[in-house]
Amino acid sequence: MSVLDQNAIDINPRISEAEVADYIALLKPRVMSLVIFTALVGMAMAPGHFHPVLAFTSLLCIAVGAGASGALNMALEGDIDSKMSRTANRPIPRGRITRPEAMAFGLTLSFFSVMTLGILVNWIAGSLLAFTIFFYVVIYTMGLKRWTAQNIVIGGAAGALPPVVAWAAVTGTVDVEPLLLFAIIFFWTPPHFWALALFRSDDYARAGIPMLPNVAGPDATRLQILLYTVVLIAVAAAPWALGYFDAVYGIVSLILGAGMLVLAINVYLRRERAASLRATRKLFAFSILYLFALFATLLVEVVVRALAPMVGGA
Amino acid sequence: MITAMADKPETGGIVLTEAQKKSRRQRSIAIALALGVLVVLFFAVTMVKGPAVLVRPM
Repeated sequence: MSVLDQNAIDINPRISEAEVADYIALLKPRVMSLVIFTALVGMAMAPGHFHPVLAFTSLLCIAVGAGASGALNMALEGDIDSKMSRTANRPIPRGRITRPEAMAFGLTLSFFSVMTLGILVNWIAGSLLAFTIFFYVVIYTMGLKRWTAQNIVIGGAAGALPPVVAWAAVTGTVDVEPLLLFAIIFFWTPPHFWALALFRSDDYARAGIPMLPNVAGPDATRLQILLYTVVLIAVAAAPWALGYFDAVYGIVSLILGAGMLVLAINVYLRRERAASLRATRKLFAFSILYLFALFATLLVEVVVRALAPMVGGA
Repeated sequence: MITAMADKPETGGIVLTEAQKKSRRQRSIAIALALGVLVVLFFAVTMVKGPAVLVRPM
């Protein structure tokens, strides 16, 4: 090879063919929808009047911040995403977007979401959003995920923060009620993700991620799922037990909790491959419905409480 | 010499394919829309808050 060849400038640099849909996929829209919903509940629960324009701005910033975290997570995990069947179709493993492009996209959205929330709403909410993104990207993605089997337990804090950010957007403070919502999502995360990790354990093993089933074994994971489910049921009933919500919420939370418990016991008892697979898939699917239904009940109660004086006064 | 250079086909620069042009146009429109939303958002919040827009409690 001549000196000229060695020093030649690449005249065919990579030109992106990424479409808008690829960038939207980087935002993890399904995770984003759950974040928006839990944040909406946190916002609705907060006391005091909040102008709809400010409410929309806050939810948009929280949603974009969550999407930015997803993009940064994908930028940092491009290597392991390509090894897992669940994530192999993401834009980076498919070659639609490069890791630096995803990183730039994620950082830009993080900056704008935090600054917009801070400037237009308040800096407590802005700071909490910045901390959420930092926790998810740096503490969870860069640290915990590849280091410890407790990754999703501690990392679950990032997914649990949106209702707290939303509450802070309205009130400028943090109180017991949003911390109860935080606790519900925090204790919901382990049974949800360990159910997924059980039926995707081969995927995680291939990618070298120390999920609990791969480190402690499936039986220990089944026991942990059961124990966390019991704690989750108690924590989910706390808003009623502490007097923040009435018996309707209490009863719904206990009925939904009973459903989670039955499925968690099913996961614990069924150890044969096919039956175990079915049981874990059922628990995983129900856990999504559980969280949605629980927060929907909270939202309905808040709306009914707000409408009651109007109906009573009419 | 000048005539010879003018006849020579241009080889410098990068020529985008149709797919690249299409995706670039799409991305440009998306960025423009996002910036438009940001402008409308700042305008709307300024209208809602009035002079209080400058009060940003910590």
